[in-house]
Amino acid sequence: MGEIIILADVINNVLKESTSEVVSAAISLGGNPIVIVPGTSPDAAASTVATFDGVTSVIALQGDCFATYDSAAWCEAIASVSPPGHLLTSSTSIGKELAARLAASRNATVIQDVISIDGNTITHPIYSGKAHEKLSLNGPSVMTIRSNVFKPSGNGGSASITNVNCSSDLRTKLKEMVAKASERLDVSEADIIISGGRGMGSPQNFDKLYSVAGLLGAAVGASRAAVDTWDEIPHEMQVGQTGKTVNPSLYIAVGISGAIQHLAGMRTSKYIVAINKDGTAPIFRHADYGIISTWEEALPILEQELGALLG
Amino acid sequence: MVCSWFKMVEIVVLIKQVPDTNAKIEIKDGRADLSMVKWITSPYDEYALEVALQHKEAIGGTVTALTLGPVRCDKTLKDAKALGVDKIARIDVSEEYVDSSSVQSMLASACKSLGAEVVYCGKSAADTNAGSTGPGVAETLGWPSVANVTSIIFEVNNLELMQPSSDGQAKIGVDLPVVVTCDKGMGEPRRANVKGIMMAKRAVVELIDVENFEGNTSVIEHSAPPQKPPGKSFDGSEHVPAVVKLLRDEANVI
Repeated sequence: MGEIIILADVINNVLKESTSEVVSAAISLGGNPIVIVPGTSPDAAASTVATFDGVTSVIALQGDCFATYDSAAWCEAIASVSPPGHLLTSSTSIGKELAARLAASRNATVIQDVISIDGNTITHPIYSGKAHEKLSLNGPSVMTIRSNVFKPSGNGGSASITNVNCSSDLRTKLKEMVAKASERLDVSEADIIISGGRGMGSPQNFDKLYSVAGLLGAAVGASRAAVDTWDEIPHEMQVGQTGKTVNPSLYIAVGISGAIQHLAGMRTSKYIVAINKDGTAPIFRHADYGIISTWEEALPILEQELGALLG
Repeated sequence: MVCSWFKMVEIVVLIKQVPDTNAKIEIKDGRADLSMVKWITSPYDEYALEVALQHKEAIGGTVTALTLGPVRCDKTLKDAKALGVDKIARIDVSEEYVDSSSVQSMLASACKSLGAEVVYCGKSAADTNAGSTGPGVAETLGWPSVANVTSIIFEVNNLELMQPSSDGQAKIGVDLPVVVTCDKGMGEPRRANVKGIMMAKRAVVELIDVENFEGNTSVIEHSAPPQKPPGKSFDGSEHVPAVVKLLRDEANVI
């Protein structure tokens, strides 16, 4: 069946934590992986990857093309050093796009957002997590592994590192980077998220969520109802089936009733806290900790408690 | 009139029919039971359709809406026709599971036979949420792709695109041919008018025959996601401190 290859999640030469979870996933597929670490100077990230338990060897793939993201060029460079077999990477937006391209270039099947691997039986969510699909794998694949599902591998290893140079022509041109208007964390990158719904009453009241988020290092999200109602709440904050699917350690839903659209985007969060004045709201059926209260009463106490604990 | 220097752009937009995003998905005999769901055009594909029509309006060209699926998907194509696309085409496949690589390979073949020079699609379909189709089709055609685009400036032979990144927004230039996957932000998709709807009724769906590529996966079963055990419920804001304590001591998440 060939080797098991991992494409490390590296952006601007910085290794993302999810890579060690992908190593665990690769091991449950029944093999010891070769890890490709792409970058303009990938040595530091490659040294870290070499310590992950179970890694056989590391390819530090140096190329100028990795200075800016270009899916076609990156795919070509990565494919040039990938032996046949299964290829795994993290389920980020870049990871998913590269996975689709790499699969097409290797005549393999792509499976996104894998949450369980049992031999050749692969499970991933469909309909935004409203159902799970169990697939039987009969040939080479490219998979992306959802974060916070597989246990990170330990770091007692010492795999060998091979340095490879590559060049690949960029097919797109980065003309300009327009910096973010604020330093606010994006929901797709946060490990804790606090989201508001239409129950917040006005977009100005989201400031209360930002105060709590600041204490927790959390991102602020919103339900579709909130995004559709208020122009001040942009779509990039939307968690749900037509927004972002998130999988944080802690998700705090404030003034969100829990429409199926929203649940589809956050139901796999490790812990869910719901604050809602309506005790019959569907969100409470999915919450680990439900607090029946108005946000006006609950949020100041939450902020005060967290401030005392973390501030 | 034929002018040697002027060429109409062949624009293809990939659209997919999916269950309504508000639909509850029931499992029956190990498979998602879709017999009762309402079918809609995948929401991000509506943005792709809007962009394809804007491209034609800015530069000139022909827009073909292409889908892959059983005959029920003709409704989605006719809805696209009512919005103003020139042609509608479908690759006929059964209701059975189609491996994602087969989908990409068949769509790429159809794009080629339509003479596509630019392909638009939604950033992901609302049923699989995978986002594999656009980049997979691009790779098969040997084209660049730009994903999750939120705005576009159209030129004759190239596009200028805005794409969100972790640092903000990237402004990207790319020459045709290219595949672009569309996020929300392109402006509200237009609505069909009465004339469009009447015309769409008479429109003929072109069936495109392509070679089927055998995939590497088959479905074992669908299942409902595991239910969480019931959580703890607290009545009143005075319990907030207790919940904070649980988040620290029981859940270990803060």
